[in-house]
Amino acid sequence: MENLPSQRSPSMRPVPAESEDALHGETMVVNMGPSHPSTHGVLRLVLRLDGEVVKAVQPHLGYLHRGMEKIAEGMTYNQFVPYTDRLDYLAPLSNNVGYILAVEKLLGITVPPRAQVIRVMCCEIARISAHLLWLGTGALDLGAATVFFHTFRERETLYNIIEALTGTRLTTSYTRVGGLMRDLPEGWTGQVRSFIDAFPAMLDEIDSLLTRNRIWMKRTQGVGRIGAAEAIALGLTGPNLRGCGIAYDVRRTEPYSGYEAYEFEVPVGSQGDVYDRYLVRLEEMRQSTRILDQALRRLPEGRIAVDDPKITLPDKKRVLTSMEELIEQFMLVTEGIKGPPGEVYHAIEAPKGELGFYIKSEGDKSPYRLQIRSPSFINLQAIETMAVGGLLSDLIAVIASLDPVMGEVDR
Amino acid sequence: MQGPYIDPSPPRHLIERLKERYPGAALEVTEFRGEITAVVPRDGILEICRYLKDEPAAAFDMLTVVTGLHYLDREYDYEVLYHLYSTTKNHRLRLKVRLKESETVDSVTSVWSGANWPEREVYDLVGVRFHGHPDLRRIIMPEDYPYHPLRKDFDVEGVPSETRTPGLAASPGFRDMESV
Repeated sequence: MENLPSQRSPSMRPVPAESEDALHGETMVVNMGPSHPSTHGVLRLVLRLDGEVVKAVQPHLGYLHRGMEKIAEGMTYNQFVPYTDRLDYLAPLSNNVGYILAVEKLLGITVPPRAQVIRVMCCEIARISAHLLWLGTGALDLGAATVFFHTFRERETLYNIIEALTGTRLTTSYTRVGGLMRDLPEGWTGQVRSFIDAFPAMLDEIDSLLTRNRIWMKRTQGVGRIGAAEAIALGLTGPNLRGCGIAYDVRRTEPYSGYEAYEFEVPVGSQGDVYDRYLVRLEEMRQSTRILDQALRRLPEGRIAVDDPKITLPDKKRVLTSMEELIEQFMLVTEGIKGPPGEVYHAIEAPKGELGFYIKSEGDKSPYRLQIRSPSFINLQAIETMAVGGLLSDLIAVIASLDPVMGEVDR
Repeated sequence: MQGPYIDPSPPRHLIERLKERYPGAALEVTEFRGEITAVVPRDGILEICRYLKDEPAAAFDMLTVVTGLHYLDREYDYEVLYHLYSTTKNHRLRLKVRLKESETVDSVTSVWSGANWPEREVYDLVGVRFHGHPDLRRIIMPEDYPYHPLRKDFDVEGVPSETRTPGLAASPGFRDMESV
């Protein structure tokens, strides 16, 4: 093991200068993707390789482009909610919340406390589920297959919880302007409670499988390193930025849905390498469990939507018996909600980083322009900094640690 | 481990400083839902961005995203929006540049390297050209796509575009790599 040419110092791999060795310098262009197991979707990279050393990376995007921003311009605000499921399809609940908060900011409304707490739980369930997928597939990419089965077992539990809440496992579409699609089903809080009781032990198990695992450390420490200043200039957010030691978390810096009232820590790394990003995400799952626990304790009774006939649908029973409510429902469904003229940007801390929605309204029922600031799109820019100069096999670790979801990169 | 918690209040004082430093810089300032948008002249955007990044009171070290808007019935054709954020001061500011079809706007990639892909996206989907951008190619749509789909004169139901003949270069990426 020690004599293999891949032996390296813990910080940086030695890359021989091209001029010094005749064996180096002749480069070849290799296409990777768009259907490559480690690109987690349809990311295509064109690589220039010198032997095994990556000399240049050029990403090609757009294979999953569905024109969501254009579609939004012809839809009412509520009609666009199902499209947000298909952004980061590993955390649809979180996208639902992020989008609807931007619309509510435009309208200038705040939802009742019960809806806020449920939304916080949605965000955190989405975060745990997205991080579990990242952990399972990321470890699988580097050859640690066992972890995958553990994380997918836990995700199954979470998906059952999501299914009980929304009726679907993937395309949740759970939020509505001014509230939620429906209230919590009976016994749901018990399901969540038993999950958060059992989950930390499973995290400890994964911790023991990877964190001090010699192979894992060799494959991840010092790999894909990025400095804090460069990461900020590139616009990195989420665990990728926190891995460099910058404690930027939208839940803390610009709290929404009452996040300022929850106790949790923002874990940060120090080296900005693959290993630190792994540690940050692992700890975030623990913190999310803490937030879920607090949310369950404080879950208040009450309405789950604002009481405004121009924004939320009236009670169905009354629609069938009362003329007033019938007209209100009819008007809301056919006319939609008219946003005041203006422009807003609202960001949430999605599992991948800062997920922002910019809405420009001209006073119509649909936005004049909707821009999705997806964290994966911006984070993926760092792939060049992280991969160039390293080995091809380290590129796999870099992609896994960046955790891009092409659904929100291409939109 | 706790992140800095600073109350996010709109940085009104920065607009005053900006006006002092560059008379005529903030042509129009609007505040809506606690967010400040300042319209700045097209030819001053690079200088103003650099100032806002380097000035310690502003410290806008992150460019969150760049938005492009297209208009059909105004005296300008495009608006380009720069959403700025400061990780140390925890405040946001939105700069807005207005330009005509024939004009270009300076790229801010030299101020924030992260402006690269967002500006490419605005070029690709809206059609705004950024002067001085190091790599202004399409990023989402195919390289030979003839339209800019987020323009308001682009039909939602689609416009005819030629399909590629099988056998011709279908992967422009290989060609591009020769210049890397």
